[in-house]
Amino acid sequence: MKRRDFFKSAAVVGIASFFKTNALGSVLTGEPVAVHSQPDLVAVMGGEPAVMLARALKELGGIGHFVKKGQKVVIKPNIGWDRTPELGANTNPELVGALVKMCKGAGASQVIVFDHTCHDWKKSYTNSGIERAVLAAGGKMVPANDESYYAEVDFPRGVNLKKAKVHKALLECDVWFNVPVLKHHGGAKNTISMKNLMGIVWDRSFFHSHDLHQCIADAATFHKKPALNIVDAYRIMKTNGPQGKSASDVVKLKSLLVSPDYVAVDAASMKLFSQVVPTDMKDVRYIALAEKNRVGTQNLEKLNVKRIKL
Amino acid sequence: MKFLKNIRILLAVLFFLPIFLFFIDFTGKLPLEIHKLMSIQLIPALLSFNLIVLGILLVLSLLFGRIYCSTICPLGVLQDVLTWKSRFFRKKKKKIRYNYTAPKNILRYSILAVTIVVFIFGSSFLVILLDPYSTFGRIVSQLFRPLAIWGNNALAFIFSAMGNYTFYKVEQVSFVPMAFGISILFFLLITQMSWFKGRSYCNTICPVGTSLGLLSKFSIFHISIEESTCTRCGACEKQCKSQCIDSETMKVDDTRCVSCFNCLSACKKGGISYDFRYKKKQVQPIEEKVSNSRRTFLLSTGAALVSVALSGTNKIIGKDDPILSRKPVMPPGATGIEHFNQHCTGCQLCVSKCPMQVLKPAAFQYGITGIMQPHLSFSTHIFCTFDCNICTSVCPTGALQPLAIDEKKLTQLGIAQFRKEKCVVFAKEEDCGACSEHCPTQAVHMINYKNGLTIPEVIKDLCIGCGACESICPVRPYPAIYVEGSIKQGKAIKPSESKKFIKKIDDFGF
Repeated sequence: MKRRDFFKSAAVVGIASFFKTNALGSVLTGEPVAVHSQPDLVAVMGGEPAVMLARALKELGGIGHFVKKGQKVVIKPNIGWDRTPELGANTNPELVGALVKMCKGAGASQVIVFDHTCHDWKKSYTNSGIERAVLAAGGKMVPANDESYYAEVDFPRGVNLKKAKVHKALLECDVWFNVPVLKHHGGAKNTISMKNLMGIVWDRSFFHSHDLHQCIADAATFHKKPALNIVDAYRIMKTNGPQGKSASDVVKLKSLLVSPDYVAVDAASMKLFSQVVPTDMKDVRYIALAEKNRVGTQNLEKLNVKRIKL
Repeated sequence: MKFLKNIRILLAVLFFLPIFLFFIDFTGKLPLEIHKLMSIQLIPALLSFNLIVLGILLVLSLLFGRIYCSTICPLGVLQDVLTWKSRFFRKKKKKIRYNYTAPKNILRYSILAVTIVVFIFGSSFLVILLDPYSTFGRIVSQLFRPLAIWGNNALAFIFSAMGNYTFYKVEQVSFVPMAFGISILFFLLITQMSWFKGRSYCNTICPVGTSLGLLSKFSIFHISIEESTCTRCGACEKQCKSQCIDSETMKVDDTRCVSCFNCLSACKKGGISYDFRYKKKQVQPIEEKVSNSRRTFLLSTGAALVSVALSGTNKIIGKDDPILSRKPVMPPGATGIEHFNQHCTGCQLCVSKCPMQVLKPAAFQYGITGIMQPHLSFSTHIFCTFDCNICTSVCPTGALQPLAIDEKKLTQLGIAQFRKEKCVVFAKEEDCGACSEHCPTQAVHMINYKNGLTIPEVIKDLCIGCGACESICPVRPYPAIYVEGSIKQGKAIKPSESKKFIKKIDDFGF
């Protein structure tokens, strides 16, 4: 290779990785790409969780596009609280169960589900209904209640968060899905896909003492991006989040938002949420900070957004 | 009559194993109903004024002697297990042999009297220390349980390395030097005594054993030697772990006999039997015990005075942070500090059963007389679970009154104290809200501060003192929000529900 050619190709690779467009990367690695415009974000409304998930994935090329035969899959829902599904504090168990089933159907060798819970982990796993749904679909629940399950990871692009211990299951898997639930949140204002990342790390108190919003935005620079962020907005918690006090904190929106882009999916979710409780997106500071960290965009106009009403 | 020994062993196993395993079980898999076996223990029944159990135990003792000590009392059975195990460490020729010893009356009656007097004076210090069931509970929860957890965690380590999560890591029992020290002391004491002297702990130190001894003197059935058939071979005496059979004089000291029936199995000649006390006309020998009364009185008064003086001493004050000198946070259902301190025997059952392990044995938080009584100790991720009332339902002594889950959710164990100047939002002007996030009643809620920031505020009437806020506050070592214990547990007002959202949303909003 001539010196000039080397610089040329280096520049192309550099630009490609800067824009993070999958298409360019795929061309370089020689993978087949669906060239016609695949949506960047799919929003579905008006169905049951499993139905909406199937529809959204169909738009995105099917589960086989993300999960290959024999791969190890991790699903990270929000199972933070010892609460029943009706109270909307955790991700909908039907959604998680359906996703596990799809991954198994695509030939995943194993599907692992965990969360670093806030309440007693066994009670949270059980009473959220998630454990039952995952086991029934052929997945595996893994504990996350002890530091020994975590390993240190560098976050070179993080501003405040430079290092964190991340759950080993996530570090060892081939592909993972981030499956948060849309909720009001007393500390971070709202919790969606990026806030859900606090459940993959061991030491959360570092976040709270080093500018919560900046640390959440930094967590989104985690080198291993989820294949998709699947935001459960079937039941949303409008007030008293993240735990909620009663069922009157919950509003049934029967919606699902799916995107590989953390920032886009969080921004879209905030717009959906604002119809229930008007919220200034600037107050959910981590969204803008994450955009600054170049992990995605909150400018939905630039993206190919697919809206589906069932 | 050899079958009596087998029945005794069977009953002992049936009582002992569930109790032992219940204290060890760190997974919460064993049924909670097992706690009923603790309620039939004598001291817990006495403290909770359980007349049915007390009546049954009284009748049993008056019928059969101290079978309580041989079957129901877990500390008694533990000693039998230790004695039995000790055989494996002895040479065959040195097989354990007991000899009759005179009763240590001064000692045992003094201990009983002092314990009673001190208790009447308002301090349960000696009851806590000497109740055999509670001693057993502490030995198992402080010594055996940590070993079981270590074993489990070793397995969890090996298995999870292979991708199998059948075993999961369990938080080790936190080391409280005072509780550990006392537990190991008593364990060594009873091991030593049972190893060499059978049931001498029960017959010299244990106040329950001594008082049941006073009853068993009149029991309808008792062990007696048939003078006509006895050859004074001494086989029964050698087997008597209470050392209460004197084969020379053919007398059995009923006050120390624990009805283990080992002697019946030992005698080949039918010279010893378990039968009616009142069948023959026989005058009970009057024991010399009157002579003790003066010494006993002096001893007990002295001890009572010392205990009363000690119970008044509070812990040392004058530390930097108010959190260090806060009032202790009692478990739910304790109602008030006087009731709690008087009734709790520090058996560690609630501590062992607490799924969050927020309950810990106290050192001096309740003063010197409340050592080992449980208190809530909050640390990262460790606080009182909102939807849990296990401790209130297992307490055998009535120190913790049973609370229905809805009552427990409104019981104020303490009140959160917010210290604005330490809070991240005030000190760093950054969002945090971890306390409010964890607050189950939203007594700690976020109010507008400045520049879009929100800062916590505590509504005291809503706070139940669960400590979730304190456990998660990132400010360390002294958090910006902490729970000050309530001396009298009040009732919080029920949190109001938020307004229901009724408008129909059928657009994405983007």
